[in-house]
Amino acid sequence: MISASGLAAQFTELVLAMLLAPLLTGWVNQCRAWLQSRSAPPILQPYYVLAKLFRKDVVLAHNASPLFRVAPYLILGVIALAAAVVPTLGTDLPMNAAADAIALVGLLAMARLFIALAAMDVGTAFGSLGARREMLVGFLAEPALLMVLFTASLISNSTSLATIVETLAHKELVIYPSMAFAGVAFTMVSLAENARIPVDNPATHLELTMIHEAMLLEYSGRHLALMEWAASLKLFVYSGIGLALFFPWGVAGGGDALGIVLALPVLILKLAIGGVLLALIEMLSAKMRIFRAPEFLGIAFLLGVLSMLLHVLLER
Amino acid sequence: MTPFAEPLQDVLAIACAWLALGVLGIARPASAAWSTRVLYPAGAIAGLLLAATALAAIFGQPQSLVLPLGLPDLPFHLRLDALSAFFLLLLGATAAGISLFGCGYFRHDQGSAPGLVCLYYHVFLASMALVMVADDAYAFMVAWETMALSSYFLVTSNHAHAEIRRAGYLYLLIAHIGAIAILLCFGALQGGSGNYTFDAMREAHLAGPWGTVAFLLALAGFGAKAGLVPMHVWLPEAHPAAPSPVSALMSGVMLKTAIYGLLRVTLDLIGFQLWWWGVVALALGLGTALYGIVFAAVQSDMKRLLAWSSIENIGLIFAGFGLTLLFRGFDMRALAALALTATLFHCLNHALYKSLLFLCTGAVMHATSERSLGRLGGLIHRMPWVAWCALVGTIAIAGLPPSNGFASEWLLLQAFLFTPGLPQGYLNMLVPVAAAVVALTAALAGYVMVKFYGVVFLGQPREAKLAEAHDAGLWERTGLVWLAAACVLLGLAPATVIGLLDPVTRVLAGDGIASLAKGWLFLAPIQPARASYSPLLVFAVGAVLVALVWLMVRAFYHGRWRRALPWACGFPQTNARMQDTAEGFGQPVRQVFEPFFRIRTEAPAPGDAHPRYRETHEDHLWYGLYLPVARGVGWFTGLVTVLQRGRISVYLLYSFATLLVLLLFVR
Repeated sequence: MISASGLAAQFTELVLAMLLAPLLTGWVNQCRAWLQSRSAPPILQPYYVLAKLFRKDVVLAHNASPLFRVAPYLILGVIALAAAVVPTLGTDLPMNAAADAIALVGLLAMARLFIALAAMDVGTAFGSLGARREMLVGFLAEPALLMVLFTASLISNSTSLATIVETLAHKELVIYPSMAFAGVAFTMVSLAENARIPVDNPATHLELTMIHEAMLLEYSGRHLALMEWAASLKLFVYSGIGLALFFPWGVAGGGDALGIVLALPVLILKLAIGGVLLALIEMLSAKMRIFRAPEFLGIAFLLGVLSMLLHVLLER
Repeated sequence: MTPFAEPLQDVLAIACAWLALGVLGIARPASAAWSTRVLYPAGAIAGLLLAATALAAIFGQPQSLVLPLGLPDLPFHLRLDALSAFFLLLLGATAAGISLFGCGYFRHDQGSAPGLVCLYYHVFLASMALVMVADDAYAFMVAWETMALSSYFLVTSNHAHAEIRRAGYLYLLIAHIGAIAILLCFGALQGGSGNYTFDAMREAHLAGPWGTVAFLLALAGFGAKAGLVPMHVWLPEAHPAAPSPVSALMSGVMLKTAIYGLLRVTLDLIGFQLWWWGVVALALGLGTALYGIVFAAVQSDMKRLLAWSSIENIGLIFAGFGLTLLFRGFDMRALAALALTATLFHCLNHALYKSLLFLCTGAVMHATSERSLGRLGGLIHRMPWVAWCALVGTIAIAGLPPSNGFASEWLLLQAFLFTPGLPQGYLNMLVPVAAAVVALTAALAGYVMVKFYGVVFLGQPREAKLAEAHDAGLWERTGLVWLAAACVLLGLAPATVIGLLDPVTRVLAGDGIASLAKGWLFLAPIQPARASYSPLLVFAVGAVLVALVWLMVRAFYHGRWRRALPWACGFPQTNARMQDTAEGFGQPVRQVFEPFFRIRTEAPAPGDAHPRYRETHEDHLWYGLYLPVARGVGWFTGLVTVLQRGRISVYLLYSFATLLVLLLFVR
């Protein structure tokens, strides 16, 4: 069942995700700067940052426990595992049999748990504030994401992401109204989960507003580099899920080596367009108060449930 | 004689051994060393033996036994089948870990004498074992009531405190209301034959309404024991009041005896199932799950937090049970087997991780004599063993892969995804709503567990005395590691667990899903193409990835690090009090789910010399349901006291009047 070509595809995809992730972040930052009429940082800026951070010394707080030092490795490893599950180039991925859509959500939740625990470890006011807010975002975003994935699972009768992509991409073009609702819900969830405006601002260090950055305040050197890399990879994973669910065309079916090579430029094109759209959304919306976030995510959750309801009512 | 040839007699022998250990405990009631060094270790070994016997018995033929004792002309019937064996396995494996922990725990003199606690503890264990093998209503009720009473005495073992006595009273009261419902349920089940053995109940062909009556009574009776909303109020009072190993036993195992009873009555004794019973159980279960976890999020006492989280887990178990009934009602056996597997698996998981976490709170309380989250913190430095074991429990209860908690939630969600196949249009719409509640509950459980773990074990110590906290002793560590290892193993090998559950689901749901699983490595209910999950692969690949990241960083970069003060944004006088409190961490949930709580706030007046801010979150149901009922009962008994005149002539008049009335009737 596990073929050599499958293993090769799996490996390629994972390495590609790890390497391309900072590029996607750089591209989004560049687009945002252009849209805001600022002079843009180079697209490779995230790589420079990572390279510099890796060389720097780590400064640990006196109170930091072993958990704090293990967490960055664990978080990057878990998110890389999540990246291995999402079919971006081909659907013949051995990891797809080991972890389905529900396990994917579980892996992302695992990363969130550890980032929140690590933030609480030093015991500063900001760390626990960030952890609390992250969990607040998480407990509404996670079920919303699960609802979106369930809608796709109900359509394709499978929770395996590979089967979902094959069903959605290779059936004749059917318009699913439920997927429209799911798409809106997914966009809202991805904005919140990747610390984007309107829920969080990746560029801020203002105490009152930050979520993700508050959790990273105590990290430095290679630990911070790993956390930043994990954040980029998480954005890549979410983009991958979005493309797999809503724009699955171009992903190679089965163990088609040529298809995988052809799928790469398609993927890069899709990611580039996605990056522009993300920057545009961030440009057009204002950061909201933290207590509006539950309403925002509550709407996403309801839309997710509605999309499942619509599917059950209309499309069966 | 081969060791497992007569498993029922072995189970009986182990129950008798537990009783004997209890009796030996009162031989030297004041000696803590006698019970903790001799009796609890022996009890742990008995637990292990019980688990081994039950494991062998799951695949065996049902066995019956008639004991030559009991009521006159009504001997006790015992029976051991796959369902009993599974729950005995749960009891034995969990009790072994808890007893090991107890060897180190019951050392201080608090409340009842150690010998007495030892007696109640072992009687409690033995009665739970007997509940699971009882095969007639009398034996069942005797064991059930022994269980309730022994646990009552354990709850009130620290009876010097008024609130503990109150908690015990509330527990006893609701336990007995439940017991009455169960008794009536058996009355409905015997179908007019007057024969109260379970065999006769299986044979009695109940008329439709009587089946429904029996189901509803069982739901009420066993629901009261399990802590189903609205009969949950005793649980967050009684479980925290007990000593920690007893809390572990009550939350981990005793709640499961209620699930056992419910499964026994509904799927075994009543010969048929109606689909709408499932809808009732599902709705109650989902409501309970959400209610429990939302209340868990605002607790500031660590044991109360865990007790509320038990209510949540019981809710999820009831949801799985409801789904089983729903599928069974439409005779969709494979799906009923899937839902039942998820339910039973969750029972086992909850027994293990909730016991583990309660024991961890016990170790923390011993080390710090604090149970309020607001006075803890930073214990990972002082108590690494407890902290890392608690982390395993935290990951499991938050339902994250590759833990055992995730495996059972995964199965439950898979079962929900099959509901669109139900033949009723309206029921199909259950999927989105029910799956959404389950997903929300699971995500909230993550929130609650971050709060629990982060506030207790991480951060800076909130009190100076925490610096002297000591780690758990060797016995306690052994108990914790046993339970933590069980959580990890069950998480990594769920296909094996499903194999164990197969005989149970074949008896109760008429089908099994083990034969459809894709080997030992993959968990694949129904068909592998639909869904498959392999925690071992997830764990292995994840571990390899983490190790690779670490090795690459090590290989390419220096490993220099130094310690410094934490960054405080330029504010120099930060202290441990500025960390998030438990109340602060729970505040967002309080705000989002405000209608769930009855909130009372006392704010200081401006210019108050001693400002004091106080906020309590109480249960609407306590004020909306329990107090009115209590007032109603009080009012009614007040009416009866009109008869009570306190003069003997009046009482003689009553007797005379009664006699006259009787004469009129009898003539």
